[in-house]
Amino acid sequence: MIGAPLRRREDLRFLTGQARYVADLEVPRMLHAAFLRSPHAHARLVGIDAAPARSAPGVAACLTGEELHRHVRPLRAPSRMKDYRPTDFPALALGKVRHAGEAVAAVVAESRYAAEDALDLIEVEYAPLPAVAEAPAAMAEGSPLVHEDAGSNVLLSRAFAQGDVETAFRGAAAVVGDRFRFHRHAGVAIENRACLADFDAGRGALTLWTSTQIPGIVRDALAELLALPAQSVRVVAPDVGGGFGVKTVLYPEEIAVAVLARRLGQPVKWVGDRREDLLSSTQAWDEIIDAELALDAEGAIRGLRARVVADVGAYSIYPWTASIEVIQVVSFLPGPYRVPHYRAEAFGVATNKAPMGPYRGVGRPVAVFVMEALLDRAARRLGLDPLEVRRRNVIRSGELPYRSPSGIVWDSGSFAECLERAAEVAGYAGLRQEQERARAAGRRLGIGLGSYVELTGVGSAIPVSPGADIATGTEGATVRMEPGGGVTAIFGLACHGQGHETALAQVVAAELGVKVDDVRVLQGDTGLSPHGTGTYASRSAVLGGGAAILAARAVRDKALAIAAHQLEASAGDLEIAAGVIGVRGVPDRALTLAQVTAAAYAGTKRLPKGMEPGLEATRFYDPYLGTASNATHLAVVEVDPSTCAVRVLRYVVVEDCGRIINPLIVEGQAIGGVVQGIGAALLEELVYAADGQLLTATLMDYLVPTAGDVPAIEVHHVERPSPTTLGGFKGVGEGGTIGAPAAVANAVADALAPLGIEITELPVTGERLFRLLAARR
Amino acid sequence: MKMSDKVPVRLTVNGTSREGRCEPRKLLVDFLREDLGLTGTHVGCEHGICGACTIMLNGEAARSCIMLAVQADGAEIVTIEGLAQAGQLHPLQEAFREHHGLQCGFCTPGMLMTALDFLHVHPDPTEAEIREGISAVLCRCTGYQGIVNAVKAAAPALNRSR
Repeated sequence: MIGAPLRRREDLRFLTGQARYVADLEVPRMLHAAFLRSPHAHARLVGIDAAPARSAPGVAACLTGEELHRHVRPLRAPSRMKDYRPTDFPALALGKVRHAGEAVAAVVAESRYAAEDALDLIEVEYAPLPAVAEAPAAMAEGSPLVHEDAGSNVLLSRAFAQGDVETAFRGAAAVVGDRFRFHRHAGVAIENRACLADFDAGRGALTLWTSTQIPGIVRDALAELLALPAQSVRVVAPDVGGGFGVKTVLYPEEIAVAVLARRLGQPVKWVGDRREDLLSSTQAWDEIIDAELALDAEGAIRGLRARVVADVGAYSIYPWTASIEVIQVVSFLPGPYRVPHYRAEAFGVATNKAPMGPYRGVGRPVAVFVMEALLDRAARRLGLDPLEVRRRNVIRSGELPYRSPSGIVWDSGSFAECLERAAEVAGYAGLRQEQERARAAGRRLGIGLGSYVELTGVGSAIPVSPGADIATGTEGATVRMEPGGGVTAIFGLACHGQGHETALAQVVAAELGVKVDDVRVLQGDTGLSPHGTGTYASRSAVLGGGAAILAARAVRDKALAIAAHQLEASAGDLEIAAGVIGVRGVPDRALTLAQVTAAAYAGTKRLPKGMEPGLEATRFYDPYLGTASNATHLAVVEVDPSTCAVRVLRYVVVEDCGRIINPLIVEGQAIGGVVQGIGAALLEELVYAADGQLLTATLMDYLVPTAGDVPAIEVHHVERPSPTTLGGFKGVGEGGTIGAPAAVANAVADALAPLGIEITELPVTGERLFRLLAARR
Repeated sequence: MKMSDKVPVRLTVNGTSREGRCEPRKLLVDFLREDLGLTGTHVGCEHGICGACTIMLNGEAARSCIMLAVQADGAEIVTIEGLAQAGQLHPLQEAFREHHGLQCGFCTPGMLMTALDFLHVHPDPTEAEIREGISAVLCRCTGYQGIVNAVKAAAPALNRSR
């Protein structure tokens, strides 16, 4: 059952138009919200006249920041991190606006059309302030301050050091380095953010349906903000149309609709449009990385040093804070390589752009791009093949567990094996020959490698985001036998495309000895599930799978004890298969799970002495440290200098995500992740003007890869079960996006190496390529 | 006539005559979802790029987010809800399931309608033609591979049912 490429059980409703996303939900007496958004990147709010909007046809309410924040305090993401300056994030702007697209007022009306009409009637007087849209400028003396009370735009900084980097560099045979830049990126889930709040005044209880990955976190935070007991707030993530990390944040609109629904005594729904998504959902990356690598004459790494400056945008997001992306860059920069001496410092700098948040891979796509680019430069400098320089530095299986220079422990993995296997399945030597032939024929073909190791299924030992004041190390599962012998399995996770209803059912079914089709998985509803936080950080297979195993095992043990009592056999002689408990070797002495379940609920009379009735268990799992997932990616590209087009001709992934629950789903995650990474490398860029205006606020300007932009991706597995997690599972949701930018960037650089062109900036859009080529002509 | 005055819209949806009254400015996709209760057609961008709202309009794929409901008056429309017949999945739907052509499912209705239209025009497509053909719809989850494989696999079955 585990390891089978089962077709997904959730597919039917998606294929037939019967899924239920937030926008599809209707609650009686429901009203519709729309948000007025700032046209300025930085401006003082002098005055707002909402009266004309309030008297517009069909309008129930118009709320400004001043009014909203009489009911709820601004959000503030705390952190235990030293050198972190906490700042307020109002749900509707208070006093001033800090980025274009920030919500300034909300209108609630009988339809979205009427609400948007009324937005036009709100008169806002802005006094524009100088905007700062680049981190270096924001760090400079005399820069306008995004948050005056913070006293600086540098909201956080942190340094890592191991060993003696200066000495390592002094004695080096080769030092390679550069200034790298990874521009801003958008998650672009095809379902925009949306939420629907319903406050039941009679019960003093709030229900919020929201397109989120973190219903548990939203529940706990909303309860606190609204001064409601946690048990009186229910947060439901119904079908969610993609998230990619962008939906792991408590958003202003979620707070606003909750307050509005409570105040109005009517349910309030908001469905964001694409412009709102591109302007106000959290964005990714936007970092400048100065990095240098020192090597000895044989190509062994002696040391690595880096300085990373991240543009974190206008607000520090809840719960992860503004630190999540940039700290991960420096935490993961050394990658799966031996780096004896390491020093890195990271800065998170506020600007007048949309807030930065976690996006698939978080920091690691940037880290891997930089590290792998440095290795290719080192190979060229030392006259080594890029594959060879990696072979000389990659951490071997015999060296595991390995403590990285930033303090992360790699519990297990197959770093060298994935590298070798990728070279083998891609036919690396043959590709180099093909490249030679192509070059002789005037074609610019390039081969790029990218390897990474990431920490997945992180337990309670370390917070998922450095210093974040929130528990992310545990998940619960409830497994319940139902009359008839079927099973309900309930999780605090929140699937948004990963196929939990199939994969987690496989885990439960394998443990219980029932058919996968007899297990129904429920999740994404804090009113149903044991405590949990949600689905992010490649954690659901590890934490959810682990909790499922523990809970199912407890139910199985109890079912066996009941059956042993009824069959007058020893529990040790019993086995469960296909929903039947039988005595091993005695085919006619058997009970169905339906019979056992009936006995369990019938009560004491049919149960062993002293046994509590019922047949369900709730268990929590904490993998404590977390487990390493790793992969090598290999890309082959062709650059056409006359059109500046880059075509990815071939793409190979060799990955190790431990014990695979469902290869169909694993490969889907890997391929989908790679395509997002190819987009990041070649196409996708949020462009802001110097005054903080977003110039790419439509999908005509912000280019997401289409089917025609990408090749078929070849995925191979090195399946090495984790020694530290229950079930041997490792996370796989993010990896594709972590490896791809590096592999593609290196392939483009390799194609253009004869021209002396290095790739330091991603994405390598046609325009950037044109400039690089023009400078060489 | 005021902008907010409602006008009648009559059309055939999934083989059934439907009628509603809406403001002339109402988008076809909003009319389908809100007035006719057919929420299977999704809104992803409202500017005609992502393709999530694709329906069949008089036998051809069309984006219901950049059309007004009144423009579709008298038209024959097929939405995702009309694809399966008598409880049987359409071969294209079957193929999407078989080849893991969907993850979050949000683009899926528009992708299916686009693929259906594409296969009507290209009964025996190459992979490159499929990639070109479905590039009218953005999928952010699958990397398109499962979709491409599904469309390729469904082509013979669709030809048989012609």
